[in-house]
Amino acid sequence: MAVAITTPAAYKRRTSGMKKRSSAFYGLTLMATLVGVVFLVVLMVDVVRDGWRWLDWDFITSFPSRRPVDAGIKSALFGTLWLMGFTALIAFPLGVGAAIYLQEYAPKHWAISLIKLNITNLAGVPSIVYGILGLAVFVRGMEMGRSVMAGALTMSLLILPIIIIAAQEALKAVPDSLRQASYALGATRWQTTWNVVLPQALPGVLTGNILALSRAIGETAPLIVIGALTFIAFTPTSPLDQFTVLPIQTFNWVSRPQADFQSLAAAAIIVLLVILLTMNAGAIILRNKFQRRSEG
Amino acid sequence: MSMQPRATEKEPAPSSVGEAETRPARRETSKSSEVRIKIAEDILRRLEGTEPEEEIKTVGKLVTKDLNVYYDSFRALKGINIRVPEKRVTSIIGPSGCGKSTLLRCFNRMNDSIPGARIEGEALFNGEDIYDPRADPTEIRFRIGMVFQKPNPFPKSIYDNVAFGPRINGFKVDMDEIVERSLKQAALWEDVKERLKDRAYNLSGGQQQRLCIARALAVNPEVILMDEPASALDPVATQAIEELIRTLSHDYTIVIVTHNIQQAARISDRTIFMTMDKDRSGFVVEDGDTLQVFTLPKDERTEAFITGRFG
Repeated sequence: MAVAITTPAAYKRRTSGMKKRSSAFYGLTLMATLVGVVFLVVLMVDVVRDGWRWLDWDFITSFPSRRPVDAGIKSALFGTLWLMGFTALIAFPLGVGAAIYLQEYAPKHWAISLIKLNITNLAGVPSIVYGILGLAVFVRGMEMGRSVMAGALTMSLLILPIIIIAAQEALKAVPDSLRQASYALGATRWQTTWNVVLPQALPGVLTGNILALSRAIGETAPLIVIGALTFIAFTPTSPLDQFTVLPIQTFNWVSRPQADFQSLAAAAIIVLLVILLTMNAGAIILRNKFQRRSEG
Repeated sequence: MSMQPRATEKEPAPSSVGEAETRPARRETSKSSEVRIKIAEDILRRLEGTEPEEEIKTVGKLVTKDLNVYYDSFRALKGINIRVPEKRVTSIIGPSGCGKSTLLRCFNRMNDSIPGARIEGEALFNGEDIYDPRADPTEIRFRIGMVFQKPNPFPKSIYDNVAFGPRINGFKVDMDEIVERSLKQAALWEDVKERLKDRAYNLSGGQQQRLCIARALAVNPEVILMDEPASALDPVATQAIEELIRTLSHDYTIVIVTHNIQQAARISDRTIFMTMDKDRSGFVVEDGDTLQVFTLPKDERTEAFITGRFG
């Protein structure tokens, strides 16, 4: 009996079923991947075909107009850049600071665990809820109006949980032996965090930040709630100016009956995608650069 | 834990009647005395040509008085009373888990960051209480350096690794000079002087550990604690580290935890043997001159351990 199990024929008989299942599973996972990729490609091709002919320099440097030929995205593009700039300025220090506190300083305490759990939950709160919060607190409560600042603060709240979680993960991944080496030389906690832990965690922290901003750049709902869905024919010159952003401009155009506006929306989407891909490429380049630096 | 004597465990089954008659009875004694002779030779070889050691001062550089260490309710160390003399190498040996590293880390308060860790009794450095509420742990760590089991250089250049300590401690001096001096002391200067800006991770394991020693030396500590500094290294690198430790002992007080009994015999002036009770709390069995501990141990548990019959 013991001999029969080990003969080549017996081996084949026993394993042929396993091998079939193995290749079937390979096919399934490949298909699952392809479904996503195919849909993305179809979407891109459709958008590019539709919007390509409207995409020229005039489109970028003109303000919106009732006549499709004259309409452009200047105010929306500038609004997006202003909004993202201020969101980054607010959310980066707050998010990284919170992550450093939670990961490096906070004592082991049930209240801290509760805070961590709640931050994870906040990342799953629908964005429109943040819009309502922003409307109540920033637009009305602090009387900022429908300004870039109110929008940036709202967006910061929206992406803070993502930044904090990503930064925490990056800090957690720093080997404890490095902290110990630093402490053993007489370094304070702050010196250890600033000179040893943060440089090592920076690639992960930056990647998390840029991915969070990529989410914010496409957000529409909270901005509609705080009142960015207005006709804006100027670019902001201060953080307290009114603004609109690319997703809202797109939303605006899509909801019009004329076919030309539909194509304009497609063109605006292309611009938004280019900005998004540029940011993500930036994230990858930064990460690789810092990783090389920290791994030698 | 197995308390089986190791020597008999490895005894091969007698292959012939003749061998069985002559060997097994002698085996055990010859094995342990072989080890002891070798150890004594090591120690004597080292003592040759050196001045006879003066009497160890009664006041040690590091002293513990009835030290107990707890992790929450678990007592890791109990009733530790040891003295570490100045400018000598003191090794701490003992079976795994007996608290050697815990004891070592008491001296630079590296256990502070472990939640639930607390101590009873006293740990003194130059006669001053290390755990005095007014004592600053960062100052203690600045004056008592540490080298870890696994080389842990920072992901920075060789130069910046050595300069790290002086910089964070606000040394206003010629940094190039400190880096060169420290690397020379750690016997690494010749290997790296042409590539100080290179990443520390490009060095070999043994070089990385010597870099970590140079990094610890750069702040000019009085004491260097070493937690099995050679256990992750190959024999050649280990020998280099051992020679380095001997050289450094002229200027520094060194406490080294080691799993390698022969290493303790080769490099240390004083040896502390620890073991643990059934409740896993560690205690010191013997604390004495290395020559005495290895050749005339006062306690039979020490003898059993150093001859490889236990642990």
